[in-house]
Amino acid sequence: MIKDYFLIAVKSLTKRKTRTYLTMIGIFIGIAAVIALIGLGEGLRVAITSQFGFLGTDVLGVQAAGVAAAGPPGSGAINPLTSDLAEKIEKISGVEAAFNRYLSAVTLEFNDKQKIEFAISIPSGTNRKTLEKMVNLKTSQGRLLTDADRKKVLVGDNYAQDSSFGTTFGRPLKAGDRIILNGVDFEVVGIIEKKGSFIFDDAVWMDEDEMIEYGISDEERVSTIAVKVSDVNEIGKVQLAIEKFLRKERGVEEGEEDFSVETPQSALESLNSTLYAVQLFVTIIAVISLLVGGIGIMNTMYTAVLERTKEIGIMKSLGARNSTIFTLFFIESGLLGMIGGIIGVILGLSFAYGAAAAGKTLLGSDLIQASVSWSLIFGSLAFSFILGTAFGVLPAYQASRLNPVDSLRKVK
Amino acid sequence: MARATTKTEKKSDAVLDLKGVWKIYTMGDVEVPALSGLDLVVKRGEFLSIMGPSGSGKSTAMNMIGCLDVPTRGKIYLEGHDISSMSESDLAQIRGRKIGFIFQQFNLINTLTALENVTLPMIFQNMPRQERITKAKKLLELVDLGDRMHHKPTELSGGQQQRVAIARALCNDPEVILADEPTGNLDSKTGGTVMDFLRKLHEKEGKTIIMVTHDEHVAKNADRIEFLRDGKIIKTIKK
Repeated sequence: MIKDYFLIAVKSLTKRKTRTYLTMIGIFIGIAAVIALIGLGEGLRVAITSQFGFLGTDVLGVQAAGVAAAGPPGSGAINPLTSDLAEKIEKISGVEAAFNRYLSAVTLEFNDKQKIEFAISIPSGTNRKTLEKMVNLKTSQGRLLTDADRKKVLVGDNYAQDSSFGTTFGRPLKAGDRIILNGVDFEVVGIIEKKGSFIFDDAVWMDEDEMIEYGISDEERVSTIAVKVSDVNEIGKVQLAIEKFLRKERGVEEGEEDFSVETPQSALESLNSTLYAVQLFVTIIAVISLLVGGIGIMNTMYTAVLERTKEIGIMKSLGARNSTIFTLFFIESGLLGMIGGIIGVILGLSFAYGAAAAGKTLLGSDLIQASVSWSLIFGSLAFSFILGTAFGVLPAYQASRLNPVDSLRKVK
Repeated sequence: MARATTKTEKKSDAVLDLKGVWKIYTMGDVEVPALSGLDLVVKRGEFLSIMGPSGSGKSTAMNMIGCLDVPTRGKIYLEGHDISSMSESDLAQIRGRKIGFIFQQFNLINTLTALENVTLPMIFQNMPRQERITKAKKLLELVDLGDRMHHKPTELSGGQQQRVAIARALCNDPEVILADEPTGNLDSKTGGTVMDFLRKLHEKEGKTIIMVTHDEHVAKNADRIEFLRDGKIIKTIKK
């Protein structure tokens, strides 16, 4: 019987198309906002999480805080980390290795085309092996750098693709190609294996000393000091020891640190909590929009009850019980919510994936990604249906209580 | 009128029995009686007309007979069951199964096709889909609308709409067909066709028909005419 009631409700809705769509606008704007923004937020989280390959997992990252200008980590700090700190930190007990890492913008010229890219440092000597192991650095083409190399670099996988980067430089890079970094000639000896993170895929990895020598990075502006601990279980203790040492070294009191010592985990957590806050905010706005949409449904349903009083009377005279009339109107308002939800999901998905695609073409970045889970889609649909029915309860109840004699007497 | 003449005065033969029925409406502080002790017995297979000027209580009587409303005082028995104090939902069930309505305004649902309109009362009685459709088609053919099944009411003439309403009134095999001014919105020719169908139902199918009208010519189709005034029966004419 429910199926028949659905059919009757659908017919009533399609009879009044304009009003039906106008009513649903409130719902589908809300649902579209939820899907698009939560979807993009999720995508951003996934993208950012993958960037943390920069440090590895059983490592602490030391960074200068108090950023004065936008740019790569540490580059704009008022009191940057100096190059001598790494050696000193290495002497702290529980630290296996500590070395500087530089990340700077660099002008890359290839095939007569120029673009600003990121250069990332690789230390020399034993630290090279430590880093390679730490971030699992491998090449898909050519080889890694050695201490004997001069003016040699590795480039990320995206440079070797015929995608946006290939287009930018006219053709994809391969091992053996020569590129110009800040006016200096370098040879590409290897392509880094694709990792899905811009730190690897969209960057130039080069020798630390050469990076300083050719003025790509300032030696006394270390981006991050990577600290490898000898025992992962002691990581908290080592973190405290480094903080204590740096406070003394930089002459700051506890609580006024102008630096941070973080595990990638904690950095990730703080980032995640920020993203959650943004998503929560968006969700609240969407919920308000949905509530307004719900009230719109209620309004439409009240109008429908008034308008169809006669029809209700007819149905009652034909044997429809109060519960039948209630169910009919209840389903109708639920459908208003759910169809609104379906349109909203479609709009939201198109917006999210459209923005991601636009981000990729226009910015050449994978950072804008859409990630819409099935649970989000079905959750939104269920929510919009429930919303429709919830706001339909009162009008449906009113309809069901109408007196058949009075309803039948209505002219229209 | 062979069937009408065979009727007996046996009590169990009464489909409908109204005993001292009062309906009083309260308008502000004033109580206005619409029915003032109406007594009426309708026998199975009878064709009855109720006539009266406007304000005579015709419509109220019709509402009582059709189980659309309950009396303020008095009793109404439908097939021996007291329906005068039933709840609206129980009354709805009884209406659906026992009463077939035909209204002056046809009262079809405009969003539904002729076929769907006829199936509607069967949906309310939880009849299986296939059975419903088969029956509705048969009834529409009975009223000569086999070729108009998928038309919406707005695509049908007044006479056709009223025939759809007749088919709809028959779909649950009701005990009583209650027609409220069935020809009131029709010209005399189409009105005549509709009356022919009603008479056919009475004569061939033995249906009990109660018709409310103010048109004497139409009322004469019935076996018995009851004249109503001030909420009471004032005159009875039997054929």
